[in-house]
Amino acid sequence: MARPDRSVSPSAQRATGDRAGPAMLGVPRWTLVVAALGALLIVLPLVGMLLTVDWLQLPALISSPSAVAALALSLRTAAASTALCVLLGVPMALVLARTRFPGQRLVRALVLLPLVLPPVVGGLALLATFGRRGLLGETFEVLGVQIAFSTTAVILAQTFVALPFLVLSVEATLRASGARYEAVAATLGAAPGTVFRRVTVPLVLPGLLSGAVLAFARALGEFGATLTFAGSLEGVTRTLPLEIYLQRESDPDAAIALALVLVVVAIVVMVGTHRPERAR
Amino acid sequence: MRRRATTVLTLATTALALTGCAAGSGTAGAEGTGTLTVFAAASLAGTFTEIAGDFEADNPGVTVRLTFGGSADLVSQVSEGAPADVIATADAATMTRLTETGLVAGTGSVVFATNTLEIAVPADNPAGIRSFADLAAPGLALVICAPQVPCGATTAAVAAAAGVRLTPVSEENSVTDVLGKVQSGEADAGLVYVTDVAAAGTDVLGIEFAESTAVVNEYPIAVLAESTQSQPTRSVGSLAGDFTRFVTGPAGQAILREAGFGAP
Repeated sequence: MARPDRSVSPSAQRATGDRAGPAMLGVPRWTLVVAALGALLIVLPLVGMLLTVDWLQLPALISSPSAVAALALSLRTAAASTALCVLLGVPMALVLARTRFPGQRLVRALVLLPLVLPPVVGGLALLATFGRRGLLGETFEVLGVQIAFSTTAVILAQTFVALPFLVLSVEATLRASGARYEAVAATLGAAPGTVFRRVTVPLVLPGLLSGAVLAFARALGEFGATLTFAGSLEGVTRTLPLEIYLQRESDPDAAIALALVLVVVAIVVMVGTHRPERAR
Repeated sequence: MRRRATTVLTLATTALALTGCAAGSGTAGAEGTGTLTVFAAASLAGTFTEIAGDFEADNPGVTVRLTFGGSADLVSQVSEGAPADVIATADAATMTRLTETGLVAGTGSVVFATNTLEIAVPADNPAGIRSFADLAAPGLALVICAPQVPCGATTAAVAAAAGVRLTPVSEENSVTDVLGKVQSGEADAGLVYVTDVAAAGTDVLGIEFAESTAVVNEYPIAVLAESTQSQPTRSVGSLAGDFTRFVTGPAGQAILREAGFGAP
């Protein structure tokens, strides 16, 4: 979202051509109309939902024990899966952005696959792998780890769908910043581990932060894979989206109220921490 | 195998119905011809596809358009003005909601089938379940429907009648989700309808239990007041009425019985 720079007058905007750029340069008027239409497509349904909220009942609906349990579980699992995403995703992005190996394009496409897969398909794939009768299910059972119907299954499902967001974001930042600083650090005698900690991580921090926020938001909204893979039990696997889906069956007002909570949490997280990079 | 064949049939019929609708919309209301839109509960997908096919064969020029979904969903769609001629739900409660709002034609609804619960276990029955009481065993991965949905309400009532306290590892939104968890072997046991076990094929073993008769689920069918096919267009009566009579008649009942549904 570009903000108009109020310190520059319209005539000055036309006259200047420096890199910071006047606000309307390269933005034909028709794009404003189309952009507004696009924004409406996203905002109008939210307005429509707001209009159906039963405001009088809202406090009671969102403070019911099952609603509170679902929200708490959602925040807990989304935080855990975001941490997992950062742990796994940064090295993945580094390998994808800074190395060359045969089949790299295919690997990259596979890593991004969860972005385009319907979540149910993701759930089925996870089931076939980590399920009790899946590829690794028996191994886990021998190790005494029960994944089926556990909170672990929820975190796995959320990590599966959210990881590509983090990898994409960090990889883009790595590519944009180039490898010059790392090269300089290395020629000055820094070991790869030191370069990673002292140069690469600080460089990708903005991308890492926005990627982590996107991953958290995606994990918070995860529904299909969780339902297919983890099941639905209050306090254990029934996250807020699952609770909304269930309430819709019997109490549409409660479903709308909980949907509002989810939207508010998502907006707070996005607005509070997601800062798109600006020209400095 | 049987389930796969039914799915293919459903798809084929839906495709036919869709194309038939586009091409034949101008003929609606003519003598004994036209398109009949039927909303039916998801658990009726197999049987109603078969029934609709037979009904079309008996009534040349008639196309039956089937829409399957959760009963509550279908009822809210009709309430919001979805054009349907006939609706068949999986429980009496949802149909009552329609009747109370005056959306059902004067003839009212009629029960055409019943369904009871059955225990579903993976084919090899890993937990050795033999009775309803076995479902209370500690450590058992039992999956049931959530109490908010019709199958879950039935489950709760049956458990209460049997005096068995169930501690499921998951409460699903639909009977198909429960069946899926049993089929994949994730769950040791699940509670689903008799007809679901019959349709599931060889991956799933059904275990009948005496306590199931405590709650019998009734399936009502009704002609909708807004139906464009409820007017008598010929001597035998309206097309929508004909269809409901076909379902409650011997031909429809035979198909329903074959799939495991009980008599009304």
